[in-house]
Amino acid sequence: MEVLEARMAAGDELLDLEVCAACGADLMSDVMAFVKEKVVLLTGLVNPQAIRTADLLDIKVVVLVRGKCPTDDLIKMARENGMALLSTRYSMFLACGRLYEAGLRGGGVREID
Amino acid sequence: MKLRFEVGGEDFSLAGKASSELKRALGQLGVEPEQVRRAAVAMYEAEINMVIHAGGGIAEAEILADRVSMVLSDSGPGIPDLELAMTEGWSTATDYYRELGFGAGMGLPNIKRNVDEMSVETSVGKGTRVSMVVRFGGPPAGGGS
Repeated sequence: MEVLEARMAAGDELLDLEVCAACGADLMSDVMAFVKEKVVLLTGLVNPQAIRTADLLDIKVVVLVRGKCPTDDLIKMARENGMALLSTRYSMFLACGRLYEAGLRGGGVREID
Repeated sequence: MKLRFEVGGEDFSLAGKASSELKRALGQLGVEPEQVRRAAVAMYEAEINMVIHAGGGIAEAEILADRVSMVLSDSGPGIPDLELAMTEGWSTATDYYRELGFGAGMGLPNIKRNVDEMSVETSVGKGTRVSMVVRFGGPPAGGGS
C-alpha cells in the first residue's frame, strides 16, 4: 500500500494479508485465462466485473491504477466479498514496476505457450 | 441440486451473478476450491458471452456428488464459424464491450481450459447452447496446466 501510495476504499482488515505475486490487466478474460494462484490484481477497469472476476478467482486484493476512484457500488461489492480495494495514482506500468521493485514477482499465473 | 438463472442482456453490470451464485453453492457443498474456481470461471465466461453476443438467455446448473453440469442456452445469432471462435484472441465483441473489460477473444478457450467436457451446439439465426461438465477431483482433462 505504501509502495503504491494507495488509498484504501475497502478491506482495512486485510492490511496484513500476505501476497507473493501480481497480475496487471484491463481485460478480465485475460485475467481468467492466466491467473492460477491468489494474486494482487491491478486494473484500470472500474466496473462490477473487475470485482466479480476477482471474486471468482479468489483474488483478495484489487488495485485500481491511473488514479481511478471506485464507485460506491464497487466498494460495497468488495466489502461483501471480503476483498481489499485500493486506488493508486500511478499508471499500470509504474504501479507494476514499483511492486516488482518491492519484491513481488510474476508467479501465480499459468505459462503462456 | 439444480439451479436456474435467467440472464438478462440489458444491464451488463449484472452479468456474472449466476456464476457468483453457483460458486457460492459449490463452496457451501464443500467442493474443493480449485474445482469451484474452474466451474465458476467457465460459467462466467459463458454467461458473459451470452450477454454480449445474444442479449441474454438461460443458465442452468446441476450439482451432483461427483460433478457439476452447466448448460447455457440463448436465442441469439449463433456462431457462424465455431472453429474460429475457439481460437484464442479472436473476437467479434464491439469496442463498447472491450471498454467494459471483455472481448479479449478468450471466452470459449477459457471455458475449454477449465472444464472436463464441453460441447457447443449452434445454429446461425437460431441460437447457441453451451454444455459443460466439471468433475470434482483432479485437474481438467483437456485443459492447460
